[in-house]
Amino acid sequence: METSTNQISLDEVTIRFAGDSGDGMQLTGTQFTNATALHGNDLSTFPDFPAEIRAPIGTVAGVSGFQIHFGSKAIYNPGDHCDVLVVMNAAALKANLAYLKKGGVIIANISGFDPKNLRLAKIAEGVNPLDPETLSEYKVYEIDISRINKECLKDSGLSTKEIDRSKNMFVLGLLFWMYNRPTEGTIRQIELKFAKKPEILKANLSVFRAGWNYGETTEVFENQYVVEPASMKPGNYRNIMGNNALTLGVIAASVKSKLPIFLGTYPITPASDILHELSKYKNFNIKTFQAEDEIAGIAAAIGASYGGSLALTTSSGPGIALKTEAIGLAIMMELPLVVINIQRGGPSTGLPTKTEQADLMQAYYGRNGEAPIPIFAPATSSDCFNIAFEACRIALQHMTPVFILSDAYLANGSEPWRYPESSDLPDIKIEFAKANPDEAFMPYLRNEKLARPWAIPGTKGLEHRIGGIEKEDITGNISYDPINHEKMVKLRAEKVERISDYIPLQQIDTGKETGKVLVLGWGGTYGILKTAVLDLIKEGHDVSFSHLRFLNPFPKNLGAILSNYDKVIIPELNSGQLVKIIRDKYFIPAIPYNKVQGLPFTSIEIKNVILQHLND
Amino acid sequence: MNKIQEHLLHVAQQSVGDETVLTSKDFVSDQEIRWCPGCGDYSILKQVQTVMPQLGIKRENMVFVSGIGCSSRFPYYMETFGMHTIHGRAAAIASGLKMSRPDLDIWMISGDGDSLSIGGNHFIHLLRRNLNINLLLFNNQIYGLTKGQYSPTSEQGKITKSTPMGSPDFPFNPAALAMGADGTFIARTLDRDPKHMQEVLLRAHKHKGTSFVEIYQNCNVFNDGAFFTFTEKETKGNTALFVENGKPLVFSNGEKGIRLEGHQPKIVDLTTGEFSASDCWIHDDKDFFKASLLARFFDDVTHTTDGTLLPRPFGVIYETDRACYEDTLQQQVDSQMEAKGFGDLDKILKGNDHWEVK
Repeated sequence: METSTNQISLDEVTIRFAGDSGDGMQLTGTQFTNATALHGNDLSTFPDFPAEIRAPIGTVAGVSGFQIHFGSKAIYNPGDHCDVLVVMNAAALKANLAYLKKGGVIIANISGFDPKNLRLAKIAEGVNPLDPETLSEYKVYEIDISRINKECLKDSGLSTKEIDRSKNMFVLGLLFWMYNRPTEGTIRQIELKFAKKPEILKANLSVFRAGWNYGETTEVFENQYVVEPASMKPGNYRNIMGNNALTLGVIAASVKSKLPIFLGTYPITPASDILHELSKYKNFNIKTFQAEDEIAGIAAAIGASYGGSLALTTSSGPGIALKTEAIGLAIMMELPLVVINIQRGGPSTGLPTKTEQADLMQAYYGRNGEAPIPIFAPATSSDCFNIAFEACRIALQHMTPVFILSDAYLANGSEPWRYPESSDLPDIKIEFAKANPDEAFMPYLRNEKLARPWAIPGTKGLEHRIGGIEKEDITGNISYDPINHEKMVKLRAEKVERISDYIPLQQIDTGKETGKVLVLGWGGTYGILKTAVLDLIKEGHDVSFSHLRFLNPFPKNLGAILSNYDKVIIPELNSGQLVKIIRDKYFIPAIPYNKVQGLPFTSIEIKNVILQHLND
Repeated sequence: MNKIQEHLLHVAQQSVGDETVLTSKDFVSDQEIRWCPGCGDYSILKQVQTVMPQLGIKRENMVFVSGIGCSSRFPYYMETFGMHTIHGRAAAIASGLKMSRPDLDIWMISGDGDSLSIGGNHFIHLLRRNLNINLLLFNNQIYGLTKGQYSPTSEQGKITKSTPMGSPDFPFNPAALAMGADGTFIARTLDRDPKHMQEVLLRAHKHKGTSFVEIYQNCNVFNDGAFFTFTEKETKGNTALFVENGKPLVFSNGEKGIRLEGHQPKIVDLTTGEFSASDCWIHDDKDFFKASLLARFFDDVTHTTDGTLLPRPFGVIYETDRACYEDTLQQQVDSQMEAKGFGDLDKILKGNDHWEVK
């Protein structure tokens, strides 16, 4: 598809697609993302959708959004604000105008602004949300997408409903034209998706082309934009979402440990995709079990762990609360188990589809008794792979449950990933205990890691009993002895603490090794924090950035790093949780910065906070 | 071959030629038993240890999984693998173990509080999934370990520490609950009838699927004599009905029988000459509808039109064949591995759309 319009080159662009939940905006965004990744841009995405599958059509509550930030330079976050806002109806404009930069572009489907849609969006009578006066700061393109779509498919033989569902393809085609995206991969994916429905396939492709041609031929759009491929580290890349990366990480750990995976779980947003993904890979000797409830999910995983499997359970905050007692059992029985929490807004049911980092305290302290557990948190969507692999390795080699704290933002967000070769990944060495005819078997005799032996049923001579009652040191027999109990409490704590010998040291991600301000982050906020710090350094400020992926135990050098700065700012999407732990452990007056809106930080707000503390 | 298979092969090779014949003593662990003297649990432990050598299963392939409660101490006393877990969850933990290791012979030990109250959810789901697990539910109609509160099988009006004015709770009928959950093997036995218990245990083990055995167990401290009406000489003739396949439902030393009149079970006098044993309901544990009625032989007289109190059935009430969850799951994995070959990690790391940066 050749074109003759003016071509303008850009370093980076942020586009937000917004429409009704049923308008296919997530699919549109994903297809645009895949093509952008294949084109070689760096990118970061942020889907923002309602908890309801189909909230009332046309209402603000039903608006589903997908934002992509891509560029020819390194991209670390999905963008605070967008350059282009595509809105399929009035509610989408109302809900998203705040995210559009001044001077930005609005592409509006005007049939979504008819009186019915205005009423559903609760826009005051007589007000036209597309009024050029109110939108004078933006460049608005009004297109009757619904009508063109209908026109395009009038002879397709499809029903009105089926025809209407193709209109997102027009948007995709138009944006592909505007940003010169390669179409081959997308066409191939559409062909795959609708291989069994040839008439729908034909309709989708013809509307997709109509969108492209609309840009090319109508002369409505003056410019086409070119975003050159980013200069990225050489290697093989693919685009990946957090939950998929996490799934691949545990499968890689299964292959590298030669242990079959057993996942015991219960569906919950935003963790269910891990169950869906793992269920596809049964030929890796993976068993997935959708249990009757959250408790049964983790309980079954504990049973499988006792039997020698690489056992996992997945959930989100409310489900983790239900699993609490069973996590304590795994700590007491000292069995390997990976507990994956895809955090969402809480408490209670909270904000099921929105992101938050408010379960750190739950992971640290949320059990009865002294119940320490390693806690790891991925920094980016692709880092979910590394963290999942590490969590499995530590769980298996140290005979302990391990928490992974991901979040909704990482789970559904995506970015290019320089994926490893299988041969790049280390083997995870484990040995099941074998009987020694000369010695009685001691289920709680520990090795240098303080890990006890993994003695699986089927091993003659190792018949033994374990359980939730306090164990006698070494023998594992029931013991109510006070001194033994204290010894075991300390041993379990020391076992977790000793893991710091087996995880990487903390690094300064950006900036100098000493200085005025250190920004210390954890989990899914990495991209935003890094962008903010990079900008400030470029502007000549004395600020550094370090990001924690291992939260319990902390890397051994963390205390030393923290002492090298006048101030430590800890931004978190909660009311201040890591900051409390850091203050407690290192006695430093760390400064919290908190946001609890179910939304990621923006780099602008982070910059402002840092500037304020730099100037104090 | 994965690590578990490698390990099991290795240990199997090491024990080649070891054909030790096990006795019940081989199943006694070195742990001191901590049940109250006189507890019905002792009898159950003894009968289980007695039948174990007859099963032809190696000790190392047996796992006893329990929840919480007096009964749940059981695994500590068995010289097999064992897990004493958390309250109510043994069914779920045993399920995960069975799914991941179908080769193991798994016994779940539980009580009326553990399986029917806090673990009620897992109990019904285990039964419908029909994993090949032997589930022994020690029913003493009381909470023993927490010292004497009523349980979900306690009779209505029961005076306990937590119900000084009598329990307002209507009790579960465990056999009927198990029928409702589509259990595939439902049996009842008593701690004071060792021979009967051994026979039921052997049949339970033989059944492929979840074998649910309710065992009436006397708690001589908090609920002494709860089942004496079914166990003691003076009364049991009139109250206990021992069912056997192909045999008529007769009790009271053959003086009484049960006939089905329409949908109603009727007690008939076999001494008057009007009816003989051959006129009675012939027990067939494969008959779902008859079993459903039999499971309903319970204290509640409101179910019979004339207010007759039916005797309590003991023995195998129902048995049927249905696929086990773990087998279907294993078949899915095997068929995928056969069709696609063992997974190629590099292929899935790469995905469908990838590109190279030089």
